[in-house]
Amino acid sequence: MNAIIERVKTVLGPEMAGPGLAFLAVVLVFGIASPQFLSAATFGSVAFQLPELGLLTLAMLLPILTGGLNLAITFTANIAGLTLAWVLQANGGADAGPAAFMLGSVLAILVGAASGVIMGLVIAFTRAHPILVSLSMMIFLRGLGEFLTRGGDVSGFPAFIGPLGHGSLLGVPVPLIVFVVCVLAWHVLLTRSKLGFNTYMIGSNLEATRYSGINTRKVIVLVYALSGAMCAIAGIIMLARFNSVRIGHGESYLLITVLACFLGGVNPFGGFGRVIPVFVALVVLQLLSSGLNLVGANQHLATAVWGLLLAGVMVLRFVATKFKISFVRKET
Amino acid sequence: MRKGVFGFPPASRSNLTRFMGRHMHQLATAGGSEKPLLALRDINMTFGGVRALKNVSFDVRPGEVHCLAGENGCGKSTLIKIITGVYRPADGASIEYDGESYSHMSPVTAQDRGIQVIWQDLALFPEMSVAENIAFQTVLGRWPKLVDYNRMRQIAKDALARLGVTLDVDLPLKEYAIAQRQIVAIARALVGEAKLVFMDEPTASLTQSETDHLLDIVRGLSASGVAVVFVSHRLAEVLEISSRITVLRDGALVGVYPAAGMTQSRITELMTGKTFDQQVRAKSRDGQPVVLDVKGLSRPSQFEDVSLTVRRGETLGITGLLGAGRTELALTLFGMLKPASGTISLEGKPVHFSSNRDAIRAGVAYLSEDRLSLGLIQPQSIADNLVISSLDKVLSGGLLSEERKRSLVARWIGDLGVKIGLQQDAISTLSGGNQQRVAIAKWLATDPKLLILDAPTVGVDVGARAGIFDIVARLAESGLAIILISDEVPEVYFNADRVLHMAQGRIVGSYDPRTSSLADIEGAVYA
Repeated sequence: MNAIIERVKTVLGPEMAGPGLAFLAVVLVFGIASPQFLSAATFGSVAFQLPELGLLTLAMLLPILTGGLNLAITFTANIAGLTLAWVLQANGGADAGPAAFMLGSVLAILVGAASGVIMGLVIAFTRAHPILVSLSMMIFLRGLGEFLTRGGDVSGFPAFIGPLGHGSLLGVPVPLIVFVVCVLAWHVLLTRSKLGFNTYMIGSNLEATRYSGINTRKVIVLVYALSGAMCAIAGIIMLARFNSVRIGHGESYLLITVLACFLGGVNPFGGFGRVIPVFVALVVLQLLSSGLNLVGANQHLATAVWGLLLAGVMVLRFVATKFKISFVRKET
Repeated sequence: MRKGVFGFPPASRSNLTRFMGRHMHQLATAGGSEKPLLALRDINMTFGGVRALKNVSFDVRPGEVHCLAGENGCGKSTLIKIITGVYRPADGASIEYDGESYSHMSPVTAQDRGIQVIWQDLALFPEMSVAENIAFQTVLGRWPKLVDYNRMRQIAKDALARLGVTLDVDLPLKEYAIAQRQIVAIARALVGEAKLVFMDEPTASLTQSETDHLLDIVRGLSASGVAVVFVSHRLAEVLEISSRITVLRDGALVGVYPAAGMTQSRITELMTGKTFDQQVRAKSRDGQPVVLDVKGLSRPSQFEDVSLTVRRGETLGITGLLGAGRTELALTLFGMLKPASGTISLEGKPVHFSSNRDAIRAGVAYLSEDRLSLGLIQPQSIADNLVISSLDKVLSGGLLSEERKRSLVARWIGDLGVKIGLQQDAISTLSGGNQQRVAIAKWLATDPKLLILDAPTVGVDVGARAGIFDIVARLAESGLAIILISDEVPEVYFNADRVLHMAQGRIVGSYDPRTSSLADIEGAVYA
């Protein structure tokens, strides 16, 4: 029995403790407070709300692991969405065919990746701080988007795109399927690929990684490129869900993605963090807002509770570390 | 070239002597059988089940220079932290200091009563001026809580004058080299009217002549009645400076010995509980093929016209003072710096590296002198640090295989005798010697032809150093060409087949340890 627990522990890792406990607490508290909480309806609302925030969080995760940040995620997503919208409109708007959609999606992902490549190159070669570089990109993209859309919505897309935002396949929401596929892709990337390995190493010590013979510039450019591509996927899903593109869509998600990463045990200074705990943290955030909704709380209160939750987790983590240290500290 | 490293103008050393003379009356009884300034009895300290100190006693007499010796982890730092009030010893301890008894110290009491520590990292503020660094504690504590910069400058100048040193107190500290920063740290300790000063590895990053100046200053302090407890790995200077030596091993007191009549090898034996017998390992490798052939290599203002060869199975020692261009030369051979002129050939073929990746592919490995920030990625695991430079070997179908990684790491850990807990423990949890073994394994895993070891024993215990050099000898025997860089001449003398002396970017001497004496080479290097 102990062996099984140990095995589960090593598979899940220490990062899992925080989000895992939070998950149990949220399910327990709302399960008791509201009889409707543990129902298909809750699952449905979480399943549809999760992917947008989730995909953007995946886009935020990689740069954070290198010790950086990508503040341009939401605007990259919407610029990519605009790219797709532009291709669709050029091909007949509401009458555009699947081929135009495919072409537009590929272009959107390329545009997202390009935004990442530019940031990555600047960060890798000038050693400028990622916050400043991505902030510049964020402001540039927002201005560009507002200029292109005159600050309004772009809409009028073919009907077959709709299911990508709110359809279901065998009872599972399509956006959730896209998100889960992306989560698994990120999990494999980080645990099994050379790029993932090097991402962690750079996050802990870039110079030592370079001395070890790793092309750190290439890794950083790739990390931001993948981050941008993931933004584009989020942008496509948002386009389908809202049936429109607006440069400000999802703007409030920006810092929530950072919160979700930290809640998922990602080290804010880089080098440590895993995808699955971040996924669980995202589920906890959504369950929390659905649960508060069910017990009749104002939906804006949910955001406030998210903030409190993160602060609480930080304090608990500090207490736990302190407790552990007093037992293992060795003197040299 | 090395004259005036502490900013001593020729006249200012007499300043120090005058200062010593003024306080000579206090020296008269130092080292005698008078009442000790500090007396610790029955000191016990436990950290989570590990007993860091076991019934340790420790005495310091007024004005003496007392050396605290022992390997890393023997309890030296714990003892210092108890005396300075950072830790509280287990019940039953008695601390007598300057006529009063305490069951434990507090940091405030310790400072008020004139106990000062100069930690190895100095705990200074590089961005702030010399004056601010020296005087901030004294000036900030006063009412009104406004900073009086003139007073600060005056306090700093006075403290430096007491040491016989002139520095520009308005310059930011970062403008000064490590040797001068050390002086600033000492000056700050003196501002607090110190009676007892602890110095933790004060000479670790100093050259010989800088060390000599520092030892002069320590003598001056002692002469003025300040007791100095000196912690150092360099046993030669320990013997030179101290009057008594307290040796700790595994948290227990081994004994207190007068420095007169001690030898370095005897201290090492006491510290480690083992005996060491160093012998010259040099052999001729003339029949072996040349692995590395360097001709006329130059990089402006770093090194000039360096030519050397290393043969299969040969260990080439390079020694010289810090700043002689040794590390720059090594980084050029490793492809991280580009030579301005000259050629590098590996096994007869000229090579041009555009990055260290090219060098690693060609079979060059470089163990950095800075293990903490460049050699290993401290927060990450032992396993990841070991495989980082040879990731392709642990791929399976294009993806990293945990299985392959674990077996590769297990093989090297076993081969080099690294003592570890779990492979996924952070490398920072290992001792210096074991970390260095992992760092060597990391490079051996890349199948190098040439291994450059830059200061491989920095931060490694005396007892573990022999183990590192045993590995080096074994690697050479297996055919690896090795360049061993060290500023400790005995290391290259005993462990290399040939020794090159580098000074100011040039190779100025070549020695064969079988025909030259250690004193010859040391004489040339430290001249």
